[in-house]
Amino acid sequence: MKARAFSYFRARTIEEAFDAHVRCADEARYIAGGQSLVPALSLRLQAPRLLIDITHIAELRGVRREGEFLRIGALTRHCEMLSEPLIAEFAPLLRAAAPFVAHPAIRNRGTLGGSIALADPAAEFPAMALALDAEIEIAGRSGKRRVKADDFFIDLFETALEPGELIVAVHVPLFKSGQRIAFDELARRRGDYAQVGCGMLATYTDKRVDDIRIAFFSVGSVPTRAKQAESVLAGAVLDAAHVAAAQAALANDLMPPDSDDVPPAMRLHLARVLLGRLLGRLGEGA
Amino acid sequence: MSERDAYVPDEAEETVRVRFVVNGRKVACDASPRETLVDCLRTTLELTGTHAGCEMGACGACLVQLDGRAVHSCLMFAVQADGAAIDTIEGLSESGAISDLQAEFHRRNALQCGFCTPGMLVSAHELLSQTARPTRDEIRDALSGNYCRCTGYEAIVDAIEAVAKARASASCEDGGVA
Repeated sequence: MKARAFSYFRARTIEEAFDAHVRCADEARYIAGGQSLVPALSLRLQAPRLLIDITHIAELRGVRREGEFLRIGALTRHCEMLSEPLIAEFAPLLRAAAPFVAHPAIRNRGTLGGSIALADPAAEFPAMALALDAEIEIAGRSGKRRVKADDFFIDLFETALEPGELIVAVHVPLFKSGQRIAFDELARRRGDYAQVGCGMLATYTDKRVDDIRIAFFSVGSVPTRAKQAESVLAGAVLDAAHVAAAQAALANDLMPPDSDDVPPAMRLHLARVLLGRLLGRLGEGA
Repeated sequence: MSERDAYVPDEAEETVRVRFVVNGRKVACDASPRETLVDCLRTTLELTGTHAGCEMGACGACLVQLDGRAVHSCLMFAVQADGAAIDTIEGLSESGAISDLQAEFHRRNALQCGFCTPGMLVSAHELLSQTARPTRDEIRDALSGNYCRCTGYEAIVDAIEAVAKARASASCEDGGVA
């Protein structure tokens, strides 16, 4: 199937993009990597009158340190998560998740900002933004603002983005000594959407976990933090009893939806299996 | 109508002048904004080696190189590629860059109907340009977005592994480091 006819505008600045969006009375869509948007257009799930290409806006590019944060431009492609040294050093959870994002050719086009803006509940990076306590920098006609990932993902494909706004960058607190990460997902085939996926960031003092953030994806309508499991583990040494208690707590943290391929009880079981594996890897210094 | 209003759509389907470098040659054509790159390549430029399969980024038959990276030509519109350098299977074949891969695919029957082969070769070419001696798991991972409905993949993985090995030993004989 082919997309419905639309016009195309290549913006060079954020202001040009906003102007084009306003002129089209919100019947416009921004396009960056387009790896989710183009199929949606081809299937006519969406039919904007105007496509605004934002991939040539310099302000949305670049990875650099800014104080206590790593600023990752919205246009940073998934493949750059694997190749950019600053990400390996200061945001290793994104590096760990990147090989699981779709297939190599998709990773060559897809962007971090696009993934966060779409907020697919089965996608890796929105959940990792939660685990990392990242802040999403948003630009709108009235200026810029930063929204914590915890407040960004509202409901199925619904985010804190207002019509016409776009993501400028994702700011990730710098990875520090004493922190450990772990990531994995369960999928029937490599590159498929996960049946359950999880990433975590833990801060250690010696063998004790001071603080841990655990985020799941493919478990409901939004990427989800396992807050009760986190509180079970905070201040603890990751022994078998604490791991079991955290796994049990997932019953309260996750409410997997009914679906044809993975029943809720199975998804919860898989989430517990995954949590156990990842906490085991954390203990080994993952 | 002011110049800034020019991009506000009207009822008639417009076309946009698109310029890119395809297989080393400068090309200009008029494309409707909704025309995908694969349709532009196949229909307008008559480069039918790039195949349109699922047209939603799942099967990998439409892979081309865009500025040196493998991308799905069904997952972008031709207008987005304005100013880019595109190499299709025709260009990769003519340049000889993948002649050893093609010969090995042929030798090992790593294709039957051949529909998936251009995409397989683009993926294999990118893999070997990034990883000189990939493991079989790495080869399988690199091909995870390429569907083949005939061969069962085993011969394809064999062929890519054999080429990696041959290239590595050739570079040793040249005095290079494998």
